[in-house]
Amino acid sequence: MNPAALLQVSEVSKSFPKPDGPELLVLQGVNLQLVEGQIVGLLGRSGSGKSTLLRLIAGLADPSGGELQYLGQPVHGPAPGISMVFQSFALFPWLTVFENVALGLEAQRLPRAEIRTRTLAAIDLIGLDGFESAYPRELSGGMRQRVGFARALVVHPNILLMDEPFSALDVLTAETLRTDFLDLWSEGRMPIKGVILVTHNIEEAVLMCDRILVFGSNPGRVLSEIAVPLPQPRNRLDPAFRELVERIYVEMTARTSVPSGTTSARTELFPGQGIGTILPRVSSNELAGLLEAVAAAPFSGKADLPQIASDLQMEIDELFPVAETLQMLRFAELEGGDLKLTEAGLAFANAAPDERKRIFARQLLTYAPLAAHVRRVLDERTSHVARRSRFIDELEDFMSEDSAEQTLGVVVSWGRYAEIFAYEDESERFTLENPA
Amino acid sequence: MNRPQSFGFIRDYVTRWDALALLVVLCLLAFLAEANRGLFAPLSQLDAVPLSLDPWHLPQYAARTTLRMFAALGLSLLFTFSYATWAAKSERAGKLLIPMLDILQSVPILGFISITYVFFMSLVPGRVLGAEFAAIFAIFTSQAWNMAFSFYQSLRTIPTELSEAAQSFRLTPWMRFWQLEVPFGMPALIWNMMMSMSGGWFFVVASEAISVGDTHVALPGVGSYIALAIAERNLHAIGWAIATMALVILAYDQLVFRPLIAWVDRFRVEQEPGEEPPESWVLTMLRRSRLISALTALFYALVRWTSWTLPRASASADAGAGAGAGAGTPVRVRRRRDSPWRDRLLLTLLLGAVAYIVFRVAHTAVVQTTGPELRDVVLLALLTMARVAVLIALASLLWVPVGVWIGLRPRAAQVAQPIAQFLAAFPANLLFPMAVYAIVSWRLNPDVWLSPLMILGTQWYILFNVIAGAAAMPAELRHAARNLRVGGWLWWRRVALPAVMPYYVTGAITASGGSWNAAIVAELASWGGTQVRAHGLGSYIAEATAAGDYHRIVLGIATMSVFVVAINRLFWRPLYYYAERRFRLT
Repeated sequence: MNPAALLQVSEVSKSFPKPDGPELLVLQGVNLQLVEGQIVGLLGRSGSGKSTLLRLIAGLADPSGGELQYLGQPVHGPAPGISMVFQSFALFPWLTVFENVALGLEAQRLPRAEIRTRTLAAIDLIGLDGFESAYPRELSGGMRQRVGFARALVVHPNILLMDEPFSALDVLTAETLRTDFLDLWSEGRMPIKGVILVTHNIEEAVLMCDRILVFGSNPGRVLSEIAVPLPQPRNRLDPAFRELVERIYVEMTARTSVPSGTTSARTELFPGQGIGTILPRVSSNELAGLLEAVAAAPFSGKADLPQIASDLQMEIDELFPVAETLQMLRFAELEGGDLKLTEAGLAFANAAPDERKRIFARQLLTYAPLAAHVRRVLDERTSHVARRSRFIDELEDFMSEDSAEQTLGVVVSWGRYAEIFAYEDESERFTLENPA
Repeated sequence: MNRPQSFGFIRDYVTRWDALALLVVLCLLAFLAEANRGLFAPLSQLDAVPLSLDPWHLPQYAARTTLRMFAALGLSLLFTFSYATWAAKSERAGKLLIPMLDILQSVPILGFISITYVFFMSLVPGRVLGAEFAAIFAIFTSQAWNMAFSFYQSLRTIPTELSEAAQSFRLTPWMRFWQLEVPFGMPALIWNMMMSMSGGWFFVVASEAISVGDTHVALPGVGSYIALAIAERNLHAIGWAIATMALVILAYDQLVFRPLIAWVDRFRVEQEPGEEPPESWVLTMLRRSRLISALTALFYALVRWTSWTLPRASASADAGAGAGAGAGTPVRVRRRRDSPWRDRLLLTLLLGAVAYIVFRVAHTAVVQTTGPELRDVVLLALLTMARVAVLIALASLLWVPVGVWIGLRPRAAQVAQPIAQFLAAFPANLLFPMAVYAIVSWRLNPDVWLSPLMILGTQWYILFNVIAGAAAMPAELRHAARNLRVGGWLWWRRVALPAVMPYYVTGAITASGGSWNAAIVAELASWGGTQVRAHGLGSYIAEATAAGDYHRIVLGIATMSVFVVAINRLFWRPLYYYAERRFRLT
């Protein structure tokens, strides 16, 4: 092992027990090494297990397999040299800024005078002087997260874990905090030796990290590791910076066209096959919105993902599922970080509302096996009525209860929009009668 | 995957929920017929058909008791819709009505039963109905106040946008009430109805067997059954009554409140994403059954009809505005068109009634009261206060740590929460005979050992509120505490106790109020001919009631009301606001 390694994560996996059936695997065979002086980014969408990994490192949960070593010692429970900054700040609302920051030192039973000096020093370092006696509710989001940083730094940790620390802040505040953090980091004024940053923001990862681990979902695992050799401070408009961002976009969307035999439906993007495909929560409005945006100028049918993400102010967490659903329904193709509309996609974008519904219905019945299945069952029955539970039971042969409910919910909303069937929530029945 | 569906047609049109619905409706009709029997019979009928301790009579008694609850709940709803609406719509009326409500809910209802009983018997002399009215009124007074409060709060907090939308569509006040105000207030109201119901069981048991002076009336019901069982020292019968009550409360919960809670979920304006909507098999049945949907369709048609037939808002509003402020009245002003004269008249009547009651109370209680008597009553009240304080403190010491422990474990909370709520709903006075039996047979000191009875039923409010508080604590806060390795006493002081504080105070307020009330039945308890008595204001009132001494009853109730109001105003309320401001997680 590298002597300077602060943290060594080897073949770690984590699964959660489910009340029914097999365990849910959220993290599989993850390896990670943090050496002194580095910021490592864990980049992925929600559900890729990156936050779970962070909690394993923090000792807030135990891994189901593999090993975590901090300074050569296995991690069992929260370690003294690892502290964490939370997405929602996680400040205690009944404690003042000073008391919040001092809490970690109090837990170490240090003498009063020392607690006071160190707390004030941390508050001063992070730019909170004057706010010592304020309660968190009196502070803006940015100031609250500064308290979060001061609280994590005051215990002089070796490793700082950051769980999407800027994602609950507005764009301007987030940028100020990032810059301030990087300044303190590069000037070596913080008592920390290494940082792990969880984020779903590609630009943030490239801006802050020395190495980025790209995470994939189902189960959560490391897809690739990307080094960021750019010197600090980095410029977002620097061509090398843009190129890295582009490369990560490609990386995060390219992994999807692996399977050998081409199936009739493009369901390989999502876990499961055929009617057993787990569908993401994407509404017909979002699909239509992205189709329109890509069809319009300046993209005219083909859009660069980083470009359209920043144009539409969408995080990858929001953009990717919509883009991938478009690809599944063959409204678009995802290739090399670009989203290119198919003929059906272009036709949809230019059609009037009623025509849109017809096109959508056609794509749905052809490329969404579950929607086609529901329609077929309704057609075959003389009463043209079918219970929801019938399909839920069927789906649960392939997936968990939650996924089944989500998937059927998505198909209900698409089917309603396409008017290929109706659904009545109170009686939980599918029918063919449209109220119109 | 396409299974042949040979019975598809029948299965899809006549649901099996229809059969279940039919069964439930028939049972309900049978229940009503059973429970209403003998309502108009003369009072002597009660003596002709004496109560029996035969457990086979218990279903009938339970039905009568439950029907009283229903009747009182209906009255409480009527009261809520009128009183709270008036208080919310008229600023002038609200100024008087709301503080009055606050005082009314602090008055010990149990002490009142004897007084109201005489009043209602004079309304329907010699009929069972009069005694029924008295019992129902007693339950009503235990249910109405917090329901009215909750509805008033809801009316005051209707989002401006919804209110403006109702205005811009020119809904009549009647439509506005049913389409906006009632649905918006529903979720909170249902929750308060459940709380009221829990309290109500306690009073229904206490109010069925009434003895004032020489008059004894025992209405057929579980409460009278218990009273008879105590008089005859029959432990078996008490066991049967407890089991019956437990079943009734379970049935009530399943048949009435679960479906209501699942149903009002749709009226929530803000829905937290990812939260499981509540479910109820009864509601599913009602929704799936075609029979029931036909009935509800009829009901909705009726509601629509009332909205059409009532005068449109525009006509009357324009006329009112024109008369009041001349031409060109801006639209915004039009809403405040409630006639000041109607308000003034009603308020004057109300004030007159209040003044009369105060005068009578002053006349009987104060004028005839001697100095030493007043001193004795205050001393007794202080004794009871000490008891309540010590009991609340003890219950808190026990239940706060337990509640936090349970609340932080979702699985334990899932099991424990309904049990705690059930225990809070269970009329604890059913268990009193057991305690008295123990005190008598082991010769314990009643001044000490009768006290726990006061908190037997009310301690659960502390437990389930604390559980709710601990469960509501965000995971990230708990993780932050663990990450900083905060443990031991520091964790309780800085993390757990502040987090549950607002919830704890809410629970403790309810528990304390309930304990004062329970003192009237807990401080003086009997087992057959043996009576055990603890010194306190509760036993003072209970003894005065038994003796039919109105002067002492009024004095005792007035003293207790003053104490409860004072404690609420000077201790609990400041503490509640402090906890809300300081510790509430946003």
